[in-house]
Amino acid sequence: MRLNPDEQAMLDGRDGPAVQRAMDLLMRYGQALGAERLVDTNNVCGTVAATTPYMRDFAARKGGMDAVFSEFNLDSDDVVPIPPVKVYSTHLQLGFDPRQGERMAIPEQTIEFYDKGAAYTAGLGVNLTNTCTPYQVGNVPTRGEHCAWMESSAVVYCNSVLGARTNTEGRESTGAAMLTGKIPYWGFHVPENRRGTHLIELDVDVKSTFEWGLLGYHIGEIVQEKVPVVAGIRDVPNLQRLKHFGASASSSGGVEMYHLVGVTPEAPTVEAAFGGNTPLMRLRYGEAERRAAWEKLNHTARDREVDYVMLGCPHYSLEQIWEACQLLKGRKVHENSALWIFTPRAIKAVADQNGYTKIIEDAGAVLMSDSCSAMSRAIPKGTKVAALDSAKHAHYLPAIMGVQAWFGTTADCIDAACTGRWNGRLA
Amino acid sequence: MSSVLEPQAAATIVLKGRTVVGGTSAGEALVTTDRISGWGGIDSKTGTIVETRHQLRGVSFAGKVLVFPGAKGSSGWSNAFHLTRTMGVAPAAMLFNEMTTKIALGAVVTRCPSVTDFDRDPLSVIETGDWVEVDGDAGTVTVTKKSAR
Repeated sequence: MRLNPDEQAMLDGRDGPAVQRAMDLLMRYGQALGAERLVDTNNVCGTVAATTPYMRDFAARKGGMDAVFSEFNLDSDDVVPIPPVKVYSTHLQLGFDPRQGERMAIPEQTIEFYDKGAAYTAGLGVNLTNTCTPYQVGNVPTRGEHCAWMESSAVVYCNSVLGARTNTEGRESTGAAMLTGKIPYWGFHVPENRRGTHLIELDVDVKSTFEWGLLGYHIGEIVQEKVPVVAGIRDVPNLQRLKHFGASASSSGGVEMYHLVGVTPEAPTVEAAFGGNTPLMRLRYGEAERRAAWEKLNHTARDREVDYVMLGCPHYSLEQIWEACQLLKGRKVHENSALWIFTPRAIKAVADQNGYTKIIEDAGAVLMSDSCSAMSRAIPKGTKVAALDSAKHAHYLPAIMGVQAWFGTTADCIDAACTGRWNGRLA
Repeated sequence: MSSVLEPQAAATIVLKGRTVVGGTSAGEALVTTDRISGWGGIDSKTGTIVETRHQLRGVSFAGKVLVFPGAKGSSGWSNAFHLTRTMGVAPAAMLFNEMTTKIALGAVVTRCPSVTDFDRDPLSVIETGDWVEVDGDAGTVTVTKKSAR
């Protein structure tokens, strides 16, 4: 790793011990990658929170939030005082919604500790957006901007839809980037690595959020970490469709970048998307592939009595909340079921203002913020069967919570919440 | 110097790769041809794989030399493995093929000797139960087959 004089001075301790630890971690990380240098970033999205009982106890035992930051954001053996962040930083989703602690069965001491953690984070200058979708609440990088983001669905959206440049960073590398404004120049920061590798041609129309989820799940399983190029799109997908497509592909595989020919900024044509690469594979996506993806996503589901419906992975957009309200109006959530919808806190404020929150609550559902069931490991007590409109959550929730999961459309999910039964199927 | 039963006496295989994390350690191999998810794919308290359709579902990698193709899934990968270190259930070493930011950062903060870019595919040379000595600094991996142990 070659360092410039400013980076060397940070490593030598000019800016204090926390910045020194941050540079040391970036050096070890860059060397592990095989990177040759660092690159400047003024856009970091990461997490510094301590919203699990383990982290709360760690802080209590080792010396407060500086101890949590030192160990889990800088990989530092000793506790160092943490200075304010050097570059624009926003915060990812948390382990719970602090205003729904009781419903989520979060221990009281953990909720009490939350306020301390939030004040600490804000004190560092990190913006408490508390969401996995920073681009839905104002952190919208420009094309070509170097970022240091974590959260797989945010990363794939940042690279693919916005044309900004980030790798999938982790808690430690984003912590180090916040204090230094540096991240290894490797992977998707390098233009050549952004070129397509696999060509997928659509034999069926992909229109709804549900269909984009299925397509993403299928593609992720095949291309794994590579860069798929999708051709034959007849309907321009909106924000939430691309959000679900990327989240799905990054769950079944490790997709961090894709191209949609004629839609995403680095793919005006198939040739531009491949940038001189020869496709490793040419695939078609038709009825058989679509059905196989649906079957994989529903492979844990057996019982049709649905205890819990969760919407908002990734966090719901304002448009999705509005859609849910239209589906819920005049209906009630069934007594044997529950409906929780998750959105960023800033969007919830608008939903409150619009009367959406009231429509949701009048139906017996809940609009929550800051978290989700996978992050918080919180689901209604006794849940055996869940229904989800997110392929990402259908992938993760059975593993994390040991529940059965149905994956379907938003309408199927809301119908399940209101009838207590799963009637969704692949149309 | 070495005892009569020294495993070195048996046939061993030496792989050469590139250092990801230095240091030395040894342990029994735990091999999978499935990629591993960190957050959502492992239980950091026990080092157990929990992903539903994974070859190693229900198996713990604590103290084992984990041999796998690479990482997949959430960016919580590094933190999930970082926690296995602070909870005392980290792997003894990691040997893998595909370099990504998740696995590079995860290996660095797990601080177990880790090697990649091998001259031979570790997934075809090493089997679960083989005894594996890892020299992360030199990038060498010495395998004693379980059949010879």
